[in-house]
Amino acid sequence: MSYFRAENLSLHFGGLKAVDSVSFAVEKGEILSIIGPNGAGKSSIFNLISRIYPPTSGRIYFEDQDITEQPAYDIAGLGIARTFQNIELFENATMLSNLLVGRHRHSTTQLWQELLFLPSVRAGEKLHRRRVEQVIEFLDLEAYRDKLISGLPYGVRKVIELARALCSEPKLILLDEPSSGLNVEETDDMSFWIRDMKTELGITVLMVEHDMTLVNRVSDRVIALNYGRVLAMGSPSEVQRHPDVVAAYLGA
Amino acid sequence: MRFLFKTDYEDDIRLFPHSGYVVSYGILLALLVIAPFVLSSYLVSQLVFVCIYATVGVGLLILTGFTGQASLGHAAFLAIGAYTAAYLQQYNVPFPVYFLAGGLLTGVVGALVGFPALRLTGIYLVIATISFAFIVEEVLARWESVTHGNEGMRVKTLSLLGQAVPQNGPTFYYLCLAVLILTIVGTLNLLRSPTGRAFVAIRDSETAARSMGINVSLYKVKSFAISAAITGFAGVLFAHKLSFISPEMFTLQLSIEFIIVILIGGTFSLHGAVLGAIFLVMIDPFLTYLKDDMPGIIAGVAAAFGASKAAASNIESNVAAFASANGLKGAIYGVIIVLFVLFEPLGLYGRWLKIKLFFQLFPLYKRATFKRQKIYVKSERNR
Amino acid sequence: MLDFVQQLVSGIALGCVYGLIALGFVLVYKATEVVNFAQGDLMMLGGFFAFTFIGMLGLNYWLGFAGAVIAMAAFGMLAERVVVRPILGYPQFSIIMATIGLGYFLRSVVGMIWGTDDFKIETPFSQGVLRIGSLVLAYDKLSVIAATVILCALLYLFFNRTTLGTAMRASSENMLAAYYMGIPVKRVVSIVWAISAAVATAAGVLLAPITFIHSNVGLVLGLKAFPAAVLGGFGSIPGAVVGGVLIGVIESMAGFYLPQGWKDVAPYIVLLVVLLLKPEGLFGVHMRKKV
Repeated sequence: MSYFRAENLSLHFGGLKAVDSVSFAVEKGEILSIIGPNGAGKSSIFNLISRIYPPTSGRIYFEDQDITEQPAYDIAGLGIARTFQNIELFENATMLSNLLVGRHRHSTTQLWQELLFLPSVRAGEKLHRRRVEQVIEFLDLEAYRDKLISGLPYGVRKVIELARALCSEPKLILLDEPSSGLNVEETDDMSFWIRDMKTELGITVLMVEHDMTLVNRVSDRVIALNYGRVLAMGSPSEVQRHPDVVAAYLGA
Repeated sequence: MRFLFKTDYEDDIRLFPHSGYVVSYGILLALLVIAPFVLSSYLVSQLVFVCIYATVGVGLLILTGFTGQASLGHAAFLAIGAYTAAYLQQYNVPFPVYFLAGGLLTGVVGALVGFPALRLTGIYLVIATISFAFIVEEVLARWESVTHGNEGMRVKTLSLLGQAVPQNGPTFYYLCLAVLILTIVGTLNLLRSPTGRAFVAIRDSETAARSMGINVSLYKVKSFAISAAITGFAGVLFAHKLSFISPEMFTLQLSIEFIIVILIGGTFSLHGAVLGAIFLVMIDPFLTYLKDDMPGIIAGVAAAFGASKAAASNIESNVAAFASANGLKGAIYGVIIVLFVLFEPLGLYGRWLKIKLFFQLFPLYKRATFKRQKIYVKSERNR
Repeated sequence: MLDFVQQLVSGIALGCVYGLIALGFVLVYKATEVVNFAQGDLMMLGGFFAFTFIGMLGLNYWLGFAGAVIAMAAFGMLAERVVVRPILGYPQFSIIMATIGLGYFLRSVVGMIWGTDDFKIETPFSQGVLRIGSLVLAYDKLSVIAATVILCALLYLFFNRTTLGTAMRASSENMLAAYYMGIPVKRVVSIVWAISAAVATAAGVLLAPITFIHSNVGLVLGLKAFPAAVLGGFGSIPGAVVGGVLIGVIESMAGFYLPQGWKDVAPYIVLLVVLLLKPEGLFGVHMRKKV
């Protein structure tokens, strides 16, 4: 059985079929990219997986467990983290606070313990801080630790968004257009980090992306979507040469 | 200018970043402790009100400032705490029991209010809290078997461990001060732990909070409950201070006064809640001062500038008439609120920070450091 | 049966006043996403201006009415210029508090200048009733209903059919983008406040025969108009009036059929129930953010 599986997922907004009977599977430890023109339904699939929208039909399986009915806040606890296309960071907080929120699914302290700030809470805080520091080191974000998000440039915010997702120690990470808005060097860095996530941290990566260079460089497999339907699935070169995919991007 | 060199994660977690803070807060505490012995009983009485209002302010801050759920109905929570105390006191329940009961019952009501409030945002939430407050006020007036309706209820003097604690005495002041300090410490603990961070996350982006694993509904209800419970505790003290409570003391006006406390003090800081409370409680004595002393002073100044005797006494009576005008308090409230929103959005605490920064950076201070960026862009309907 | 209709008409008339104030709320909200908590007090001030023109200076009713409307429109622009424009880009909460402050200020100043008694003005509608069979309907109530319907229709057309109305809706959605598109956002906001104050004045003058002119009337009615606006959904002009009428009718019926004290609470209970079921109000639109 595969690590992650989506079966006949559909999302209809009235008459608009954002996602139309999409099925695919992700193997453990692989990097799978989803490509397609704008409006193909890529982010909608992510929103279905992280349960922000309920699917009109279809089922989602993670580690052979049916997660289609799980509430959105349980998904992080299962080990699935995501980043957002339009960055959803907490503007008025420091980067450190943002990353510490990412650790939320690992917190074990109760409200009454926190009010009294018992030693168990203090120990928990130090542990969370240690893990966050490991992520900061992984992504070279030391310089921005105590800076407020509202003052940081877009490229840095994208990396912080990734860092926050990594802080929850996920098994599967959903990256929504990780390189959008980044320049060439930042995209290079991003491709190294994505590879490192797979090799060093053992995280399975599901990625929506437009930048073909990045897709070719990191992906093990690629899925092409258009109008909410799967056009092709396979290795990057196979998919890019597929006639349907070429027609979708360049016009028939 | 002191430079803080951090060597341990502990430095970021602890309450007092460096020993300077311990010294200044220690001195403040010492001053507060000797206050009843050096200040007049009137001022001590005002300090009691400051403590009570500041406690409510901190509670409101948790809900509105940190979780982003606006509430214009906190007078209702204060009322529930006060009436619980008055009611249980009739059955000779000891103080610690009805104190806890007041707070916890109000907390439960807060949680119940939190549930329907889950789906409401922005202006709808504000109106819902106003409606809730009205309904509570009516219930208090109608449920005569429990609350004696519009006649109100007498609150007997507090008795702790067999000793009577009159509301004008120093012991009551210490009690209120202790409650305030415990509330502040508890809130600070909350803020440096996962729950507090979850609250702030909910304020800034609910979607992101959900994807981080925060059960947004549960935490919103928790926030309501905690905020209400703190206000309920303050309500018990409020009941004792006034020794008589009736439904018309807990109006929308009072809820707005609580919002004024955190607005003037600074919406995101605990210091702000205390400063705001001081400011609000000082308005009444200020008005009295205006009425009694100002006319004489202004007339004196006019005379010093060479005005004739008749003109001076004319000025004096005009100023006195103005200061005694019925609506002056409301006008001052209005002007202060507008001025603060326009010119001092960070509140009194913000002004204090700016002053501190000025002295730290002297002579390199720039006013633009705190210039607030206007966020024209996002319509709040699409949060 | 007759009593029922009588109460219904009373309720509708009262509801129309709430609706007119709620209309003012919704107008300002549609253009700037600001909720003007001082709307009721603008109505009160309009009533006082009318009293000054008609009662104190002895002008003809219609002249005084028009004068009050024009004066208040100017005052609305002034208030906007002084209080709202400097904080136009700030979070909603600050702006709401600023309008609350403005309300306090207006109430107190009016109390200091004119005094806190009740005042009356002579209107063509004060006396006179319409008789339909054994039904007796007072002209003052009917005038309120008629005026509300006319104003509502005019404003609805204005917002949805004219360019200026579209410009207003655009600037409430995304102010910065509206600036870039060449919309004179500041002027648009001024005009909206002027219109909103004028509508409030109309409500205040029409209401004068029913409730008299009094410095606290704005607070009491404004507070009732809130549930009206929320009930109708805060973005909808017809919704505001429908909400107002609903609240007025509920209040009237509750006052007549239910025991003492329920009259004031019933609207709020209904409001909370509606919000529970439909958080955006009856005509409101449920918005979702695309992430």
